[in-house]
Amino acid sequence: MSSITDLSAVELAAAIAAGTVGAEETAKAYLAAIEHREGQIGAFNEVLADRALDRARDIDRRRGADEPLGPLAGVPLAIKDNLATPYGQTTCSSKMLKDFRAPYTATAVRKLEDAGAVIIGKTNMDEFAMGSSTENSGFRPTRNPWDLSRVPGGSSGGSAAAVAAGLCAAALGSDTGGSIRQPAALCGIVGLKPTYGRVSRYGLVAYGSSLDQIGPMTRDVADCALLTGVIAGHDRADSTSIPHSVPDYAAALDEPIANLRVGLPKEFFSEALDGEIRRAVLAAADAFKAAGAQIVEVSLPTSRVDSDAGGKLSSFAVACYYIVASAEASSNLARYDGVHYGYRTPAKVDDIVELYCRSRAEGLGAEVKRRIMLGAYTLSSGYYDAYYLKALKVRRLIKNDFDRAFQSCDLLLCPTTPTTAFKLGEKTADPLTMYLADVYTLSVNLAGLPGLSVPAAISAAGLPIGMQLIGPVFSEGRLLQVARAYEKASGVMRLKPPQ
Amino acid sequence: MSTNVDADLVRHIGVLARIDLTDPEVQSHAAQLSAILEYFDKLNELDTSGVEPMVHAMELSNVLADDTPEPSLTPEQALANAPARDGDYFKVPKVIGESQ
Repeated sequence: MSSITDLSAVELAAAIAAGTVGAEETAKAYLAAIEHREGQIGAFNEVLADRALDRARDIDRRRGADEPLGPLAGVPLAIKDNLATPYGQTTCSSKMLKDFRAPYTATAVRKLEDAGAVIIGKTNMDEFAMGSSTENSGFRPTRNPWDLSRVPGGSSGGSAAAVAAGLCAAALGSDTGGSIRQPAALCGIVGLKPTYGRVSRYGLVAYGSSLDQIGPMTRDVADCALLTGVIAGHDRADSTSIPHSVPDYAAALDEPIANLRVGLPKEFFSEALDGEIRRAVLAAADAFKAAGAQIVEVSLPTSRVDSDAGGKLSSFAVACYYIVASAEASSNLARYDGVHYGYRTPAKVDDIVELYCRSRAEGLGAEVKRRIMLGAYTLSSGYYDAYYLKALKVRRLIKNDFDRAFQSCDLLLCPTTPTTAFKLGEKTADPLTMYLADVYTLSVNLAGLPGLSVPAAISAAGLPIGMQLIGPVFSEGRLLQVARAYEKASGVMRLKPPQ
Repeated sequence: MSTNVDADLVRHIGVLARIDLTDPEVQSHAAQLSAILEYFDKLNELDTSGVEPMVHAMELSNVLADDTPEPSLTPEQALANAPARDGDYFKVPKVIGESQ
């Protein structure tokens, strides 16, 4: 048998349930892997070693007593540090929340623990989930296990790096404009942004509330199906969660797919796209065709990606997204005022407004301030119609494009990212350049659709290339089936970075 | 839409956002916000006349729940992260005065 940390979450849960592997033994194996690799990667804000071992021993005890075990019993998972847990800290990688201890558990985390999962740590991220490289962390950047000079993507970069480096069996991330799918692509793993409302956001620290979703980040599609089934579902505590029943994604994974129509959005294959990524995604389209799928060209004109003579990208969707997300952020992050929780300036202040202004100045990082200020400006009197209202109308056009595309196909196949993992420091000087790292993912959030990134190939330089499957609302099951079929046909799965 | 963001406008936005800004921050934000807002102007190339604004992906409205009391945070839990407290209250500097 291969080593414990080589097993997928599905395999590990089966081995622990069968008694061939112990939960404590598993937790120790992962803690040893963290001890060995974490110094180079920096995936975790906090490793919850003692609690993980206690939980694991409890799983072993329950198994010994023939008590029922959940579908994730004994499986070590990492949790992005913007999901509330009453154990450990919930920092959002911000100085503002460095010492914050949440008084409750996020619903998605609670469901994982109810299923027996062992939470092994909280992962690094771009501060308040604002960024695409994890370099905006208020603590330190995380490095890509495939090449330590490169970023893991972001904002769920710590979760992606931890999964890719084998420091946890799987992880949770959150995705507002691509923050699960983009780091998944850059680290060679699977990442799902579910339909808006599929997973409760209760306990997810809010950034852009009409866009945010929690989702799994895993080594393969079967693990993704398992975790999605566990965390999905309606929650009274989140009035935007949808009261639809949750299908058994894992059980339906290998069902045959008949008459599949795969749409290629032509605007996502322009010269703005790296040639190697284009070839990899089109090769996947050929593989679907060879397996009997019909390939159709579709158009998403409002999400068009252009590049100028200098290679600089532009897109209506990027402009729309940053107006909407920044406006929501400026409202959501007004709560960090130095009064109820979080950082308060130690300076002597004369009144409460000075307390707000100084606490926020000292506690928030540059990108977070930039987005709050952008939002405050675009929502301000005299500019609301020109920016915010205009963006909401463009958001409708983006959604209409998808609705039209799904009249002629079942799902879309496209790249996840315009490039493979970039170097640390490469995009930090110009915020707009960084925003464009999400050019293929953020339309999906604006439209509320599910998007799944899976590994497509390895580049000549030895870096993972991701491809994205996008479907109509609540088509997660179909996306997972199609991704699973690709894994089986191509053998591109469970990629391991060179040690 | 004019997109030139000067130092005075950045300071005004800082007041709206309740964020103190240093002079170097004012300078860098002025340049970056100008570039970003210029980029936002790209949306004016799109004809959106007659298009209904889309506020939310699922467009739910009036989600009602049964009015049944459930356990909530105790005062101690709610105050556990307070930077300063006075009994069961959050403690802050004076609120009423000649501030902005």
